[in-house]
Formats: sequence, structure tokens, C-alpha cells
Amino acid sequence: MMIKRKKFKKVLILGSGAIKIGEAGEFDYCGSQAIKALKEEKIQVILVNPNIATVQTSEYMADKIYFLPVNAYFVEKVIEKERPEGVLLGFGGQTALNVGIELFKKGILNKYKVAVLGTSVEAIQATEDRKIFSKKLKAVNLEIPRSNAVSNVKEALNTAKDLGYPVMCRIAYALGGLGSGIAYNSKQLQNIAEKAFSYTEQILIEECLSGWKEIEYEVVRDCYDNCITVCSMENVDPMGIHTGESIVVAPVQTLSSSENFKLRSIAIKLVRHLGIVGECNVQFALDPNSENYRVIEVNARLSRSSALASKATGYPLAFIAAKLSLGYGLTDLKNIITEVTSACFEPALDYVVLKYPRWDLEKFKRVSTHIGSEMKSVGEVMAIGRSYEEVLQKAIRMLDTGMNGLVCNNKIEFEDLNKEMKKPTDKRMFAIVKAIENGYSIEEIHQLTKVNPWFLYKMKNIVDTKKRLAEYPFVKLPPSILKEAKLEGFSDYQIALITKTDELTVRTRRKKLGIVPYVKQIDTLAAEYPAKTNYLYLTYHGEEDDLNFKEKEQVVVLGGGPYRVGSSVEFDWCCVNSVRTLKKLNYNTIMINYNPETVSTDYDICDKLYFDELTFEKIFDIYEKENPLGIIVSMGGQIPNNLAVKFHQAGVKILGTDPSKIDMAEDRHKFSRLLDELQIDQPVWEELTSLEEAEKFAERAGYPVMIRSSYILSGAAMSIALNKRELKKYLKKASSISADHPVVVSKFIVNGKEIEVDAVANKGELTCFAISEHIENAGVHSGDASIVLPPQRTYLETLRKIKVVTRKIAESLQISGPFNIQFIAKENKIKVIECNLRSSRSFPFVSKVTKLNFIDLATRIIMGEKVPEVNFSFFDLDYVGVKAPQFSFSRLKGSDPVLGVEMVSTGEVACLGDDFNEALLKSLISVGFKLPKKTILLSTGPLESKVDFLESTKVLRQLNYKFYATGGTANFMKENGIESEVLHWPSEKKEPNVISYIADKKIDLVINIPKSAETKELDNDYIIRRKAVDFDIPLITNITFAKRLVEALRDVKLEDLKADSWDTYKNNIT
Amino acid sequence: MKNFESEKIHIRGLIVTDYSKNYCHWNAEKSLAEWLEENEIPGIFGIDTRKLTKKLRSKGTMLGKIVYDTDDNEIELMDPNKINLVKEVSVKKPIRYEKGEKRIIMVDCGVKNSIIQAFLKRNITIIRVPWDYDFLQEKADGVIISNGPGDPKQCGQTIEYTKKAFSRNIPILGVCLGSQILGLASGADTYKLKYGHRSQNQPCMEVGTNRCYITSQNHGYAIDSDTLREDWREWFFNQNDHTNEGIIHMSRPFFGTQFHPEASPGPDDTEFIFDMFLRVIS
Repeated sequence: MMIKRKKFKKVLILGSGAIKIGEAGEFDYCGSQAIKALKEEKIQVILVNPNIATVQTSEYMADKIYFLPVNAYFVEKVIEKERPEGVLLGFGGQTALNVGIELFKKGILNKYKVAVLGTSVEAIQATEDRKIFSKKLKAVNLEIPRSNAVSNVKEALNTAKDLGYPVMCRIAYALGGLGSGIAYNSKQLQNIAEKAFSYTEQILIEECLSGWKEIEYEVVRDCYDNCITVCSMENVDPMGIHTGESIVVAPVQTLSSSENFKLRSIAIKLVRHLGIVGECNVQFALDPNSENYRVIEVNARLSRSSALASKATGYPLAFIAAKLSLGYGLTDLKNIITEVTSACFEPALDYVVLKYPRWDLEKFKRVSTHIGSEMKSVGEVMAIGRSYEEVLQKAIRMLDTGMNGLVCNNKIEFEDLNKEMKKPTDKRMFAIVKAIENGYSIEEIHQLTKVNPWFLYKMKNIVDTKKRLAEYPFVKLPPSILKEAKLEGFSDYQIALITKTDELTVRTRRKKLGIVPYVKQIDTLAAEYPAKTNYLYLTYHGEEDDLNFKEKEQVVVLGGGPYRVGSSVEFDWCCVNSVRTLKKLNYNTIMINYNPETVSTDYDICDKLYFDELTFEKIFDIYEKENPLGIIVSMGGQIPNNLAVKFHQAGVKILGTDPSKIDMAEDRHKFSRLLDELQIDQPVWEELTSLEEAEKFAERAGYPVMIRSSYILSGAAMSIALNKRELKKYLKKASSISADHPVVVSKFIVNGKEIEVDAVANKGELTCFAISEHIENAGVHSGDASIVLPPQRTYLETLRKIKVVTRKIAESLQISGPFNIQFIAKENKIKVIECNLRSSRSFPFVSKVTKLNFIDLATRIIMGEKVPEVNFSFFDLDYVGVKAPQFSFSRLKGSDPVLGVEMVSTGEVACLGDDFNEALLKSLISVGFKLPKKTILLSTGPLESKVDFLESTKVLRQLNYKFYATGGTANFMKENGIESEVLHWPSEKKEPNVISYIADKKIDLVINIPKSAETKELDNDYIIRRKAVDFDIPLITNITFAKRLVEALRDVKLEDLKADSWDTYKNNIT
Repeated sequence: MKNFESEKIHIRGLIVTDYSKNYCHWNAEKSLAEWLEENEIPGIFGIDTRKLTKKLRSKGTMLGKIVYDTDDNEIELMDPNKINLVKEVSVKKPIRYEKGEKRIIMVDCGVKNSIIQAFLKRNITIIRVPWDYDFLQEKADGVIISNGPGDPKQCGQTIEYTKKAFSRNIPILGVCLGSQILGLASGADTYKLKYGHRSQNQPCMEVGTNRCYITSQNHGYAIDSDTLREDWREWFFNQNDHTNEGIIHMSRPFFGTQFHPEASPGPDDTEFIFDMFLRVIS
């Protein structure tokens, strides 16, 4: 037998950096599996990834970790230093792939003799370059979407005639799809083409595939040419909607066997032809009325879809792909799930899986809620069950957007239902439900939405069952209908809502009737062989459990649910670390989570993984079956934290801090009273039920005030009002205020400094804590702020006070476990803004910077272990860590890239440096910031910030930057003796204009300070910011931050930024 | 016939977990329920098929019946092992499918339509004969012994004719049951598997290579490769349980595969076996 395996000693893995739209937690899972696969071979693993909150950057994962930007410059430095023999490019998303191609093209890989493991760069390029790709496919007679570039109307019409109507008309090089459209006949095309040729010379006429089925296959191939498809997936939302925006089911549901195996064979043929080694994803469009198909694209790397496929089938795709990259054959590898069969097989599914995207569009200003060919979702959930109805309803609840399932939700109003279905938004499924309820036929809905009727019939089943449930008061509800409802994924709460009773009454009765869910295993072989799998879900389509529940000493850890703005990979890191410690303490661990992008849902993290809902009902079901010692609710963020009190009332054992104390911290009134008792200061606030009261309060407390509403009509849940007019406007437009919907108004402290404490306490005694300082002043959400540890510009006096208050709160709430307090400090006075008796977003950051695992300590304490107090001073750190937010504004067309009290960042990075400036610049570069070379555009907002920034402007001048400025700023600068070139405002339509200078990339950095923290900006300011984002020009909108950046630019150059690994940063903390 | 493997339904009943009452496919003419009803085949849904699979997995193949709303005893158990299933499903008289000049005999032990289609597509004339037919009286370039149900040892006549065919040196391909018949005719033994192979994801290794194919299978018996005579060797084996998946003669044109090269349903990774056979007969 040929052996193609070469022994490698040292291999480099590139991560994907911060979480952003299109590149999320799935790459933490991919990288983590790859690291494990390499370490099993005794290969030394070097990892470059600045995403400090990931599991893959834990000290027990890679041998050497570099918290550095994943770009060619820094990766080359790492290569030069480490001299790895090979590099894996397929485990860090598009980011890693692009950097790999760049390094290859620049000859750097060659220079240092670094072999690209797995798929070759040539093959990667064939999948990335549209031209090579279509040439390659034509060579083996595979179909791709037909198109033709034309330069006049006649050619356009001729092409369309050849292709057949409708056709897609695309205008080359037009930003934002301007002027593109579908023509259904020659007259329409003539119209579109005439208009288009008035301002462009070329348009692309492409066959229109919208409405075709969108099908994906995950293909694995080894270097011996063995090739298998691990999973097939079907998009419920057909072509025209990005697969990241689509509901996806696995396995395919509406294809005939011959269609399925035809596409499978094509996928394999293609993968062989391209020469992929490892894992890849092939996307098809399939005509819903014939077996015609088109190959849409191939992703020659691990992807969001492969993460989904991996979690859907239990096949560890990333692990296997890493092994294949080393030269293993598929047949050499074991199926890790069954441990008896081979990895060279195609999993069989005796269940159905559904992925639902999670959007957060309301958080972003000026963003359209329409979904289409661009990805806007920030996360996803995956439901497992044994009928489509069951998984659809589960998934909707999993989103954690307040929906109870497909039906029984708060009213969603649709202005024009037909339009809503034709031009879908993130609410499309609910529009379909509304249409079904309004009597639309399935055919009509199909015509409007193009969603396959099979899926629509299933939705109708749910609507029909709801109707049947509504015919009875709960006590008279026939058991058969109750059972039917449970089979279709109705929750006890939904049934209670419909039959006018409460959740526990439904639960009690259905249990009496023996209507209970059963636990089934995902074993990759549909029960054909016995398997030792720990991968579980609940279903009502069953008659027996796959388990016998004999395990003792079990502890449940609740996961974090979907990634979204405000809750992301940080909580997954906490969960994984908690489980790790529990295992070390010899507990049997149970994890409940349903986010396919996570490491916590990997096959080898916990003893039992329940891939199911984080709802009271499902967790209680699992609790009753498993009978664990208790549940840990403090690791997964707010979802588990919110359930603590309810569980406590139901008699479920909650481990860690007492649930009544959690309630005391969560309940604004109770917490406020507590602070008063402890004589701890807090910003004044009141809960109000009318506009008059709100105005009176604001007068008394003084503007600006912060408003938080419990019921939002549109826009953000939080806002700052500078004056009476703004207060009125917000309360009238964005939210409603009434006795039912009270609004909390609090005093907003201007120019305060926000300080964050992450800590662990044991029965009220502080065990360890870390104080981090926000760089931006208060007014920027803590999730969007840049944070530095140890604090650099906080008075010692303030720090001392913070420590005292933290101790007091820990003691009074008798905290046992992790907690986080946010303070606002001004002139050495501190006020408490918020306190959470759970781990926070910054736990991985502080744990990794201090090299003291807070979650490990917290978990030990929760389990009653004795843990000595760890006392360290900030002088024990010989370095500085800076955490920077990652924004996804470029993905969200039209969004206003400005910071406020609502969080809008999607991820974060953190880098270490010898001083603040070095760490700051590294972390900024990690989130895509490019250091300005020559030119800076200044538009520095209100007079006080102009004054505030003056010194910095002078520094920049000394650094020889050329300034462009808008009118007012230029005048101010002139008065102060600084020259600048004046650019006209966008609205002035005169040259030289800000817009054209940005578009021509004549500007390296835009500093645009909004006129206030919150008022809706003049369109001009908005356009400048937006253009900067669209043209990928670094943008700074916060004055405090701008000043710190200037200092860093003054003191540190790119060449000064050291490429040092984590372990070279030493501290004295023990 | 394009989408069917046989003229009629051969199963005695169908069990599924969840049944979709509404169907939607451009190629669909009727629902599954309607089709079963027309053929008088009972179907049942709402069954925990996973539980059933696990039971069959631990007990091996079992007899069973679908009982609904009646007394259990009213319905007799039907034991297919007591019936010569091959005889039931085989054609009664030879049928000719005229195509090109090359002709093959298709010994029908319950042949799937897809196998016939696969050769017609390759312009091969087929003479489809009953399982107990003396196919040596027909002039042909090659012989295929088809798939079929049950225990290969019940096909005594087919085994005898196959033995005779060996002496004529005519190329022979066995598929599934046909491969087992080939094995028995060559002097090897067959046995009943504890866990039958019934799925479209069976990995099969080609002996002496690193190549593994994903195959479609539906069988409960297998050749015992330890009993192969010296001029035969194992060609494929199952990557999961290492049972025999194909045999080949060292020097003469006889070979068989336990899996179905024609797939349908399932992956067509091994369709090359048919082309191999065509090369042998030309």
C-alpha cells in the first residue's frame, strides 16, 4: 500500500479572528477540532488568532498561541519565528484562506518552506476565482448559471432570448445592486437595459434561478481519491436568499432519490476534478420542475454549512479534515462516534434537523429588514426532532426572540401581506402563518414565496392543530389532540396559551396521560450498530429512551443559545471551561445547548450533550430523567440566568449563588433598595408610566437622561435624551409608555468613566477579581467599548473604592460563583450601574490576560471545593491587554456605523503588548483597522470636542499627516493655526467633496465625531460614516478613543509591534 | 417503469415514523398511501422505528406483523424462510430485450429493473431467464446472475448451471444474491449475517488498495471468505464489519459483488463494475 503520510513536527493553524457576520463561532469549533487532531499525532501546533474569547485559544489547546491579527504581515512574522513545516488554511474561514493565498502569492510560504496541508492553493484558487471555476466546470461538462456580458440593448435582448425569460439583469461594478433587476419579458428588459446603458457600458444578463431549490452537500475526500458526502441539506428559502439567511433542513426533504443521488455524484465528480483534499461544500440550484441543476459554488474549506452538517450528523468533519490533510486515508480513521465503524461512510439520519438564522436587525439604525442575497444574520440555532413540525417550532423558540413557536406569538402586524411574502423580511415565516390563517391557499403562498408546498403544508398542520386545540378548554382537551400537538412541537406554554390555562397545569396533565418526550441518540448510523454516543435530543415521536439513566454524580451546565449581538463565543468559553473543571472534579457532565457554531456542542466536551431547547419545559424534562445533583446557570449568559428563579420555585436544584439572590440582582427595584441599604451610590432612576412623570423626573434629575423601555415599537430599547424634545420624541415614536408598559428613566452621567469588575466569590467572600477600564467614556455600550486590563488611567483611590464596593455586594448577596459589576466613575466617585450574578462577556478576556482561569475557580466554588483567595495587584502584570470590538457594519448595508447605548458590535479581539499603545494598535489591526499612512479626514463635531481634540490634531500634524476637513472643523483648525484642505459636505454636491475623496481612497482615516451621543445625525455626517465603511476606510467616531489612538500613533510604529506568543508574557500571579 | 424496480410492490408492509399526507414533486402522480392502497399493501405510521431497529439489531431478523384494531391472533405470521422467495419473484419465461450485437443472459432471481436498464443503456441485448432455466442453451457473450431475496442455498438449480458455465469459460457477473450463488458454485460457503446490510451507506474496501466505496445493499446472507478456493480471492470487504463484499477469480472472467453497482436508491460509486464486465465480454 502506498503511504502518502509525511511526519510533521510543527504545524501552523490560522484562525478567523473576531466574530462577524458571515464568520462566526463555527471556526472556533473547526480550529479546536483541528488542534486536537494534530496533537493526537504529537505535532506541535502554533495558532494565530486574536479572538481571545475562543476555546481554541485556551492554554490547553494549541502549544503556542499568538493573539495577533490574522493578516499576511503578522503571519509572516510568526512563520519567520516558528518555522512551521506546514500550515492549515481551511479552518479559519475566508479570513485564513485569503491570508494563505496572499502568503502563497508573495512567495512567503515558499521562502520558509511551509507546505500547505490538505487542499492545494491552486485548487483553492480554482474555487475562489470565478473565471477559473467556470472553465474547470465546463471541462467536465457540469452546468453553471449561464450568463453573458453585453454592451448594448440589442445584445441584451438576444442573450435573453437564448437564455429564456425571466432573466437577471446585473450592472457591472454598481455598488449595492443599484439598477439590477429581473426582467420577465423583452419589454421589461428593454426598459432596464436602456436605463442601465445611460450610465454604464456593460451589463450582465444572467439566467434567473430565483425560486430554484437550493441544495448543499458536504463532501470529504482523501489523497487516495476516496470521496464521500457526509450530509445533504436543503434550504427552505429557495435560491435568491443567501444560505446564511435561509432556514435549512437536513437531510434534504423534497428531492426524489434520483435527484439526490444525481447531485451527490456531481458533487463528488467536481471535488475530484478540483483535487480537494479534506472537506468542502458544494452548492447547487435545482429546478423545482425538472432535474436541471446548476453548480453555484464550492467552498474549499470548513464553513458555516460544514459546522452545521457536522453537528447535524455527529460526523466530526473538522477533525477528519485535519487528519486527511496530514495524508491519512478515510479508511485509516475510525468513526469517533461509534468507535467501531470506519470514518469512510455516509451517516444515516433517523431524525430531521433544522437550522434557523438569528437576526438582530432592530439593533442597527437605518438597516432594512429585508433578507436576500446578502447575509445579515448574526447567529443560528439548530433543532433536532423526528418531524418537520417538531423541529420548526423548537427552532423558533430557540432563537430567544420572545417567540413561543410558529404560532401563539405576540401580534406581528404586516402592512401588506402579499408584499411581505414576495419581498421577505426576517419575519417571513410568521407572514406565511398569517396568510394561512387568513385563508390563502398553499398554492397562492407558494407563488408568492416560492417556498416548496411540502414545507407550507407542514406549517399548515401546525396552524390547524392550533385551531383544534382552541376548540376546548384545557380540562376537556382530548388526550389525542394534546398528543398531536406535542408531536408537532407545541410547548406546554403554547398549549396553555391556547387552552387558557398555565404551563404547569399542562405539564402535570400530560405527564399523567403518559405524554412525555423520549431521549434519542444521534449515532451516525440510525441505530444499525450499537454506538457509545453522548449526543442526545428529545422527541415526542418515540416510545422508549435510548439511555437507562444510571449515571450518578451528574451536573448540568446550561449553554448560551444562539450567538447574537451581546451574547457570543465568550459564554461558550465559560461553559466549556466549567465542564472541563467538573470533569476534573470527577463529576459526570451534562451540557444543554443548541447552537451548532459552538465548541460546547462538540462530541468530546461533555459526558452527555443534549442538543435541545434551553426552556423551562425541556430542561425540566431532562432534569426529571437524569436526576442530576443540580444545574449550573451562571455560565451561559442571560438565557440560563433568567430561568434560575423559575427552576428554584419548581424545586429544581440550582448550584452556585442562591436563586433568590440572583433575583435580587436582576430585579431593578430590589437591587436598588439593596444598594441604598449598603450605602452604595447609583445613578438616580425611576420607573414611570406616563410622559408627564417622565418629563418631571428628567427636570428634577437633569438632562441628559437614559430611557429604557420594556415594550418597543421600533428601534432601540435604550436611548439617551438630551432634552425634553428628545425625550418626548423617543417615548412617542420608539416606545410606548403606559401603566402596562412602564419605562425606566435614569440620570445619564456625562463624561464618566466606565469600569468593569469580573470576579468570583465563595459564600460571599471575594476569591478573585479583575478590574478593567473602558477607553471610551460612558455612553458607549460596554460591549462596544474598548477595554484595557490592567486599568491605565483610573485613580488608585477609585480602584480602592471599587474593591470595597465589590466586596460589600459579594457579601450581601452571598455570592458563590462568578459575577460582574459595572461602575461609572467620575472625579473619584463611583456609582454602580449594573450587577450580574453570572459570568460575563469579559470573563475569557480577564482570565487569559491574567492567566488565572476565573471559570475554573468559580466552578470549584460552585461545587463546594475549597479555593484559596487569589490576591494580585496590577503591578503583577508586566504587560497590558486591550480588547477591541469588531463591527459588521460593512455587511449591513445602510447601517449607521456610530456607537451608542445599544450594543452593535458582533465580536471582539484582544491583544497583549508591553504597553497600552502596542496592545491597542495590535487589537485595532486585528479588527481590520489600517494604520493611516498620509491623510486624515477630520470632522470633529461640537465645539467642545473640537477643543478637546486640538492637542491631538497638533500631534498628528507633527507626524506629518495631511488633513482634510469639513467646513466648521477646517475653520476651527485655521483659527488655531493648523492648515487643512476643506472638503464640501456630501449634500453640497460640489467638488472637492468628501464623498469623492473617500471613494477615490484619497483618505486613509476618517475621524467623524457625531454632534451628540444620541440625536439622529444630520444626513451629512451619516453619509460620511457610511461611505467610509463602504470603501473600507478606517473610521473613528468616539472622541476619547480618537485621542488615545493619536497617542498610540505617535509613540508606536507598525514595526514596533512585536509578534510574541502568549507564553512570553509573564506575570507573578499564582 | 423508469422510476420502478419491479412490476409490483414486493414488501408485505411498510412502517414509518412520520408520514407526510401532502406531497409535492413535479414527478409525482399519487401519494405513497394511494399507491400502497392500490397494491393492497398495508402501511403504518407513528411507530418508533428507532426502537424497532434496535430490537432487530439485537435479535437479528425477526418475523413480524402489523396489527391494528384487531385481535393479534387473527393474523397469521408469514415466514418467508419457508418459501422459495426467488421462485416467487423470478420471471416464468425468458424475455428478450433487443439492443446491440452483444448479448448477455440475465438470470432473474428477482432482478431490479435498474440492472436491466443499466445494460440496455450500454446497448447490450439482454435475455432475461427464470432462475431455474438452463441458460447454457442460449448463445450469449456473458452471464449475469441477479440479485434476489433470501438464502442463496435455496437456489440449487442456479448453482448447478453456474458450475457448468464455469467450464465453458463464459464471463459471469454476480450481483448480491448472484454473487453468493457464484461463491457457492465455486465451492465456497455462505452464512446468515447477524446484522444484515440494509442501507445505502455501506463502505466497501477494495482489497489491496486504499479505495473505499459507498454502496447500496440489502442482504442478510454473505459468503464466508475463509472458505474461498485457492483460485478465488476476496475482492471487496465491508469496512464496518469486515464481511465479504465481492469475490473474483484469479485468472478467469468470473466475479461478483455483494453490493448493488446500479445503486437506485443509493450512491452510484461502483457503477464501473458494469463497465468492467462489458470490457470482459468484448
